[in-house]
Amino acid sequence: MSLSAEKQTIPASATAASHPPIGRVARRDELTDRILAPATIALMLTALYLVFVAVPSDAFQGPIQRIFYVHMAMWLATFTAFGIVGVASLLYLWKRALRWDHLGRASAELGLVFCSLGLATGSIWARPIWGTWWTWDPRLTLTLVLWMIYAAYLLLRSMSTDPQQGATLAAILGVSGVVDLYLINRAVYWWRGIHPAVIVTKKGGSGMTDPLMRVTLIVTLLAFFLLFLWLLRLRLREARLQESVDELREQLAPSV
Amino acid sequence: MLALIWKDLQIELRTKETLASLLLLGLLTLLVLSFAFDPTSEMREAAAPGVLWVSVIFAGTLGMNRSLLHEREHDCLHGLLLAPLDRGTIYVAKTAGNFVFMLLAEVIVVPLFIFFFNLPLWLTVVRVTPVLLLGLLGFAAIGTLFAAVSLRTRAREVMLPLLMLPLASPLFIAAIQASTQLMSGQPLGAVSHWLNLIAAFDVVFLVVGWLTFEYAVEE
Repeated sequence: MSLSAEKQTIPASATAASHPPIGRVARRDELTDRILAPATIALMLTALYLVFVAVPSDAFQGPIQRIFYVHMAMWLATFTAFGIVGVASLLYLWKRALRWDHLGRASAELGLVFCSLGLATGSIWARPIWGTWWTWDPRLTLTLVLWMIYAAYLLLRSMSTDPQQGATLAAILGVSGVVDLYLINRAVYWWRGIHPAVIVTKKGGSGMTDPLMRVTLIVTLLAFFLLFLWLLRLRLREARLQESVDELREQLAPSV
Repeated sequence: MLALIWKDLQIELRTKETLASLLLLGLLTLLVLSFAFDPTSEMREAAAPGVLWVSVIFAGTLGMNRSLLHEREHDCLHGLLLAPLDRGTIYVAKTAGNFVFMLLAEVIVVPLFIFFFNLPLWLTVVRVTPVLLLGLLGFAAIGTLFAAVSLRTRAREVMLPLLMLPLASPLFIAAIQASTQLMSGQPLGAVSHWLNLIAAFDVVFLVVGWLTFEYAVEE
């Protein structure tokens, strides 16, 4: 009896303590809506125009090279996201504040989405250029392994019986993933170190001779990065609201 | 800590269930993979190290699942956690136990593997042993940590390989590459970078496990 009563009070007090002051949160949300969202949309439209209309086609690869701008932007978002997962996991294990857990989860979800899109755009590019959808190139292998780690991270959360425990367990995986990154990288490079030339042609070979190409790349990178930040903030807000709803529900009907 | 290792070994000596299942699973995997890679053809020397490691991975994953599951039966894990011990110590003891079990199983599986694949006996044993020792240690280190993690989830048995295998991929790449090169007659020096990688993996995950195990087992 006493044990179950204790279980009910612990999450409530823990969440209450981890809540930032309401005023500050509201102001940050407003900033997100007022500035981040329009900026993302404007940059995204500019990027679309640059990629599809303004920038000249690559001399060797033809129009397919245009996918590269988007592809590169996916990777920037993916690696930022997975980096955030690692830091947030570490902070969660250390501080035990629920918002680090929210950050880790939101970031892992987005990272996985961008990673999948990055793999897809890469494959579409590779089919005409390399003549194959997939090769066991070190970078591709690394990405595939990462994708699996973070897919397991999300699966672990949905499979855990208690959300608090799921957060802790996922944080262990998040920390392990980041620690492992260097080792995976070394292993796949040594494993497939025989023909790294394919990577060189991807960037260096054709080169970004036209200055407009560089502008396009930077704008696209920025656009997708802002998109990532915006989505991250929306996801965090959603997690916070969900938390308040759970709390209210607990107060209204503690037995359920 | 030694008492904990001794306890696990004693349970094992009395029931022999983990060892027996590790052994049989390892052998079964060898058998099934022999159907895939014709063990009489010229290809066998290229495929052999991979076959050995896949059998180690299969059997080891299931064995490590057992090692913490049997603590859960009768709530032994509670008793273990109530003991005045650092959680890291429990982790090290469990890892050591898993390492010893897998090693004992391999003592029988490896000769049979050599026998079935018709490989030179002493040469293979001498060459594979260092890789096997280092590889099993890292495998036990990461497996024990994530066995504790997956113990707390639904679908425990499925979760362990899902969580552990992607993270352990550098270990497997390095172990398979090192054994392949060694078995094809290259000197130990030629694979030292792989062995270093495995050793680094061992150290990293022993430390991570030792530090985070307490979070994995807490109530």
